[in-house]
Amino acid sequence: MKTAIVLLPGLNRDRDMISAIRTISGQEPLTVWQTETEIPAGVDLVIVPGGFSFGDYLRCGAIGARMPVMRAVADAAGRGVRVLGVCNGFQMLLEAGLLPGVLMRNASLNFVCRSVKLEVTNADTVFTRRYRQGQMIDCPVAHHDGNYFADAETLARLKGENRVVFRYADGTNPNGSADDIAGIVNAEGNVLGMMPHPENLIEDAHGGTDGRPLFEGALDLVAA
Amino acid sequence: MTISNTIAITPELIEAHGLKPDEYDRILELIGREPSFTELGIFSAMWNEHCSYKSSKKWLRTLPTEGPQVIHGPGENAGVVDIGDGQCVVFKMESHNHPSYIEPYQGAATGVGGILRDVFTMGARPVAAMNALRFGEPDHPKTRHLVAGVVSGVGGYGNAFGVPTVGGEVEFDARYNGNCLVNAFAAGIADTDKIFLSKAEGVGLPIVYLGAKTGRDGVGGATMASAEFDDTIEEKRPTVQVGDPFTEKCLLEACLELMATGAVIAIQDMGAAGLTCSAVEMGAKGDLGVELDLDRVPVREERMSAYEMMLSESQERMLMVLDPAREAEAEAIFEKWGLDFAIVGKTTDDLRFRVLHQGEEVANLPIKELGDEAPEYDRPWVEPGIYHDWDPASVPAPDDYADALLAMLGSPNLSSRRWVWEQYDTLIGANTLAIPGGDAGVVRVDGHATKALAFSSDVTPRYVEADPYEGGKQAVAECWRNITATGAEPLAATDNLNFGNPERPEIMGQFVKAIEGIGEACSALGFPIVSGNVSLYNETHGEAILPTPTIAGVGLIHDWAHMARIGTMNEGDAVFVLGGDGTHLGQSAYGRVVHGRADGPPPPVDLYQEKRNGDFVRSAIQNGQVTACHDVSDGGLAIALAEMCMTAKRGMTIEVGETQAAHALLFGEDQGRYVVTVGAPDANFLSLNAEGAGVPFRRIGTVAGDRFLLTGAISASISLAQMERAHEGWLPGYMAGPARAAAEQEMP
Repeated sequence: MKTAIVLLPGLNRDRDMISAIRTISGQEPLTVWQTETEIPAGVDLVIVPGGFSFGDYLRCGAIGARMPVMRAVADAAGRGVRVLGVCNGFQMLLEAGLLPGVLMRNASLNFVCRSVKLEVTNADTVFTRRYRQGQMIDCPVAHHDGNYFADAETLARLKGENRVVFRYADGTNPNGSADDIAGIVNAEGNVLGMMPHPENLIEDAHGGTDGRPLFEGALDLVAA
Repeated sequence: MTISNTIAITPELIEAHGLKPDEYDRILELIGREPSFTELGIFSAMWNEHCSYKSSKKWLRTLPTEGPQVIHGPGENAGVVDIGDGQCVVFKMESHNHPSYIEPYQGAATGVGGILRDVFTMGARPVAAMNALRFGEPDHPKTRHLVAGVVSGVGGYGNAFGVPTVGGEVEFDARYNGNCLVNAFAAGIADTDKIFLSKAEGVGLPIVYLGAKTGRDGVGGATMASAEFDDTIEEKRPTVQVGDPFTEKCLLEACLELMATGAVIAIQDMGAAGLTCSAVEMGAKGDLGVELDLDRVPVREERMSAYEMMLSESQERMLMVLDPAREAEAEAIFEKWGLDFAIVGKTTDDLRFRVLHQGEEVANLPIKELGDEAPEYDRPWVEPGIYHDWDPASVPAPDDYADALLAMLGSPNLSSRRWVWEQYDTLIGANTLAIPGGDAGVVRVDGHATKALAFSSDVTPRYVEADPYEGGKQAVAECWRNITATGAEPLAATDNLNFGNPERPEIMGQFVKAIEGIGEACSALGFPIVSGNVSLYNETHGEAILPTPTIAGVGLIHDWAHMARIGTMNEGDAVFVLGGDGTHLGQSAYGRVVHGRADGPPPPVDLYQEKRNGDFVRSAIQNGQVTACHDVSDGGLAIALAEMCMTAKRGMTIEVGETQAAHALLFGEDQGRYVVTVGAPDANFLSLNAEGAGVPFRRIGTVAGDRFLLTGAISASISLAQMERAHEGWLPGYMAGPARAAAEQEMP
């Protein structure tokens, strides 16, 4: 499996993501700069990492989503390449129209960095298949704009199509997201967007490894 | 509008630039003529307290700054300390007090931005940040607004830039009502052979301007920061800069990318006094002249005058001397990151600082003298009054120990700071091993299998006020102790000395004695000061802040598999206090919270015992005996134990003996002490070792259940839930404001 990590100015969890992929797969991921118009051939997983693309001075992810590389990401997704957007990456996937809905400012109006509980509500995707259906996992969040919102019809469709894959559980919703939504996939199941940071919980030094199965699934690795 | 360079220099204008008449006479003598308006601005920028350290230099020279681990001490953008394997840690702390009081969000944000730039200017990638924040009393009408603004400013900048904030302090006291303190710390890691300095080398080389464009923001900021506040404070808002963490992040990446090519000869960030300070520093350090052509400076506003450009404190800017052969390569890197890149001048061999603007020479000054000949004062000072005869028995026992402990846990200065640090990204970088809420923040050395760095920032201003010498010692000792409590070897420290008006002999006396204490502690503990910053004139209407010499230190953990945390003990573990029993209630949190009294001397620090006890605790941690460790500080033993219990979500049963006064035992703030837990089978081993090392020890109880139980001479029983409610409740409740507090009162 070959991984490519999308780089835009202002992203800052790219290094965390590169390190996670290296640690889990033993392979160095490719990086793709914002001006590139194509995802390199042979890439099986594209990751749009977190941060503050272009400072997020406009709507979060709004400018980043309009950079050439994001069109290439959309093309790759259309060909069935797996795409993972985390935090600002999720915001960009929404802004680019690869996933439905928006992420608003946290209900508290404050940035929040803490560990939350997630319920794996759909363990039947390439990203979540190393978890059990209904499994509760720990995962850190770190964001200012993670309050997921969509109209009632979209929320009903996401639920009906089983496209909500992670929900904040045990009253730990940190941002006011509708239906406690923490992560959703597209209809085809090859694009996942999520606010929490699984890349920050992949080794004992992080205080847990609950983020690791996500990458093992997405990279077709056998669970350790 | 544009300001002419031919404005007449009047006594009023000189005064408005913060220059005293004798200082102006010195300028006349130095250049042999009347300065131009721009030159007056340049002198004012170079000779203000903030940039020249004119009142503090004499005393700063007495601090220990050397050691085998020190690569670069004070005088560079940040201190540089060896961490082995060809790597070093680069760190500094700096204040942004005045701007943060005027405009809390931007003041704090640019404080963080400035210190990060100091670190990456030297070629280090920032890996950790801390913030020591001090605000007025909670009931003061401005306090809530300042807390909210400063915290979101710190987070807004650090989070977007992408550095984990792993520690800091937040304290409330009425003495900060008119001046809050924002002390920002940053540390980075670099390869020791790839450290970049500001000293220019080579004549006729291009001076390159990098980063953001120059605007009118912050003109005169450093001069503002060197004066007291009065009722005109609102008018000073335009002197506060505006931060742009996105540009800073791009500047970081572009600088590190360019540095890796070998094209950078010297580099200096533009901080206080912007272009003036950075250009003069690069030239003066390299024994070179500098010529700047302001027509080439990227600007974001039209018709800026030379004066404004030279004094602008627009953020996210750098000045660099570049290898001319690598110009195209350098420009391409900056273009990739969307940053300005302009050749704005050159180095010369005539030791003059020349500034050209629209074909006119607007300044021509001797470059060495601008820095070296800045005034230096030996200000008069008086020995501070301290407590001599004070009866510790005058502090009574509480009516009820459980009530007293809960009141302390829920008091403004001992309650949980979670509301603050959850607004900071503590995890970015994927190397954080200990987040705020423990003794020190800990971050792995990226790419190294076992090494980590520990960071702590400390000072107890009420101690410094009561006895500046002991208080200065205590600030260093507590920082050293917090680092030690993780199992780290303390390496070195940075100081951020916040005081009132140095022209008042009693303030100067606090400064002198605090430095004496700091110096003595640093020498005794082998913990040199490698960088720092002085912030004076923290006064409003003649009332000074508490003397606040913040000490921020760095330690090295050789193997983080054997580090200690405060909440990792197991059921059944034995609980020890090492370093002696509590006896000292002068200046204690207990006295303040429970009895409303702020008297007495601070606890003295015996530096020999401090070192002996700390070295013992560190070796016990490194040997893997210790299951959890916490230093004993504010609030004494009982608060230390309660904090461990709440973090671990485990109870303890503590035996209070008959031999001493129970309230002094539980709440005394005697120094040099730690609580450690060990597995029950290791308890005798630890006792024997402590005895062998001459470290006073007492086995005081057991980790058990979900209640904090005091038994023996006194008894109390408090559930973890009760403690947590008190401890976690105060700050969020306070920040939610009177409306929420009232609503909660009405709830059944």
